[in-house]
Amino acid sequence: MDKKEYKGILVIGEMEHDHIHRVAFELLYKGRQLAEAAGESLSCLLLTGRETDASELCLRGADQVYVMEDACFAQPEESLFAENIVSFIRERRPATVLIGATHMGRSLAPRMAAALGTGLTADCTELKIADDGALEQIRPAFSDNILAHIKTMKRPQMATVRYKEFQEAELCEGAEIRIEKVKPYVKEHKGVNIEEIISTSDVDITDAEVVVAGGRGIRKEEDLQLLQELADVLGGQVGVSRALVDAGMAASSIQIGYSGNRVKPKVYIACGISGAPQHLAGMKESDLIIAVNNDPSAPIFNISDYGFVGDLYEIVPKLTEAFAAEADRKDR
Amino acid sequence: MNILVLIKEVPDMEKVRFDSERGVVDRSSAPAEINPFDESALQAALELKRKYGAHVTAMTMGPPRAEKTLQDAYARGADEGVLLTDRAFGGSDTIATSRALSAAIAAGDYDLILCGEKSVDGDTAQVGAETAELLGIPHAYYADSIEMADERTVRVSIENLCGSRQIRTMTLPALVGVTKNIGKLQLPTVDRKLGSLTIAVHKIGLSDLPALSKEDTGFAGSPTKVAGIEVPKAVERESRVFREDLPDFIDLLKKELTERGVRVG
Ligand SMILES: Cc1cc2nc3c(=O)[nH]c(=O)nc-3n(C[C@H](O)[C@H](O)[C@H](O)COP(=O)(O)OP(=O)(O)OC[C@H]3O[C@@H](n4cnc5c(N)ncnc54)[C@H](O)[C@@H]3O)c2cc1C
Ligand SMILES: Nc1ncnc2c1ncn2[C@@H]1O[C@H](COP(=O)(O)O)[C@@H](O)[C@H]1O
Repeated sequence: MDKKEYKGILVIGEMEHDHIHRVAFELLYKGRQLAEAAGESLSCLLLTGRETDASELCLRGADQVYVMEDACFAQPEESLFAENIVSFIRERRPATVLIGATHMGRSLAPRMAAALGTGLTADCTELKIADDGALEQIRPAFSDNILAHIKTMKRPQMATVRYKEFQEAELCEGAEIRIEKVKPYVKEHKGVNIEEIISTSDVDITDAEVVVAGGRGIRKEEDLQLLQELADVLGGQVGVSRALVDAGMAASSIQIGYSGNRVKPKVYIACGISGAPQHLAGMKESDLIIAVNNDPSAPIFNISDYGFVGDLYEIVPKLTEAFAAEADRKDR
Repeated sequence: MNILVLIKEVPDMEKVRFDSERGVVDRSSAPAEINPFDESALQAALELKRKYGAHVTAMTMGPPRAEKTLQDAYARGADEGVLLTDRAFGGSDTIATSRALSAAIAAGDYDLILCGEKSVDGDTAQVGAETAELLGIPHAYYADSIEMADERTVRVSIENLCGSRQIRTMTLPALVGVTKNIGKLQLPTVDRKLGSLTIAVHKIGLSDLPALSKEDTGFAGSPTKVAGIEVPKAVERESRVFREDLPDFIDLLKKELTERGVRVG
């Protein structure tokens, strides 16, 4: 294989409902840096099941946008998506392919990599162009305990990139709009039939600016209301440790941690959570971490900015009251 | 129905030590166990067996000692264990692993292949989908329920794909990656545990897989190379812990919240 035949950075965009998933804008931010470092161009491919205005991808830095629009993409399915993207990649030969590490991205990218017989680095948190011109891919492994630096010997070099790890590329209103429509290569779902797509009304905890999280210190489901009241006063949302999900007291959609959601809110308030490594993996990058726990030796205090040793049943309502009172005073 | 569960042997993350000075993982510091996410895959297989009747095989690729992990899978209810082990498989990245697994799967007769959401050490969530692609069969990830739609069709519920839950059917053979929400594996019974010590685990090496060439697996067949690892030190926080003076604590929080633009109230 001649590596020189492969040029440019290709970002794979993803649709969520009727809009482009914002991870694409983050990939364009990082992609632009890589393109500049490598002296290459930045393009973006979007598969969509409906008429979509893709110009924002140009305005956010893609030199060239390719849109594959067909009703067959309205129902996301990895084999069909992978086959089309792989055909496109075989034709255009990008050196680097970046995909958002969303559920879809993490399920789709390995199919593509296997079809192309190339390497794929999962869930990257940093990407650089190394001195030899290759992509240096940095990713957490071992349950977020280490960072591995990985290089790919083949082309394209493929990576999925964590959502909300990078900022979004800024809108540049005057940018040239270059959009090319590409026909799908295949349209049939093979051996797969999508019966139903159910929109979930679940709140997206990863969007919350304030998370009030409860752990095993909460004794029964109703008591989560105490945390809800504090969250309401702060305009935030309630999250939980896995212990409460396993106990059937909370939905897994609000679980924080390694096997749940990763959150980075402005403020994280951990109530009755011990601070197990798998929990920390989901919240340790929050701006401000506050802990309430009745065990002074709980590990959560070590990674908190501020902590209070006490019974959450006593402390949490007092916090709610104090913050609500503050609001009352402001309203007056 | 023949169900295959892909199981990885991983170090116990509670015990494994990371040396941030030297940037190494000390695998010898911790005992090996079944990847926790693969326990859920095994649980899903046992549940399907109970409902529809099935033969459940656990397969792992790893060093010879991974036989113990397969014995554990037997103790937890698997009917049979297959161990892919060969010097030539050493140093495999995800694609090289998937090539070996898919060659062994193709040589067998499996209808449904189950895997975990991810492994707690490799942490890529790639091996399942890569294996499916190499086998040329459909897959679904993030499934929290599986049922048979008819004898040759499986129906899965995918927790989240592009922002929605998706119900999909797939013609067998197919691969399904499950989340932990599908169910918790029970502990082994004493009988099964005793029985597991004497079961014969079927071993497969490179020479048993004519479809797999040496260049495609192991270190040589791995397009990704680890250039280095770092063990980052935990971010230091101020850790100001109060035991009394709740009013002071509250005042401090008010100040910090306001500074961060959090609406108090
Ligand atoms: C593969 C794997 C994945 C995992 N993924 C996750 C994950 O995504 N998220 C997650 O959270 N965990 C995860 N875990 C589990 C994790 O290891 C811990 O078991 C879990 O986080 C513990 O939850 P906890 O802190 O709520 O409970 P505990 O560890 O039991 O801690 C409860 C704390 O509450 C305190 N407390 C009790 N009563 C009160 C009171 N009245 N007032 C104040 N404090 C009180 C106690 O002092 C204690 O510190 C995972 C584990 C594995 C193996
Ligand atoms: N060496 C292996 N042997 C058997 N199954 C594996 C192996 N590695 C990964 N798997 C399966 O693939 C899933 C994803 O693993 P990973 O890609 O390492 O995150 C795991 O949950 C296992 O089901």
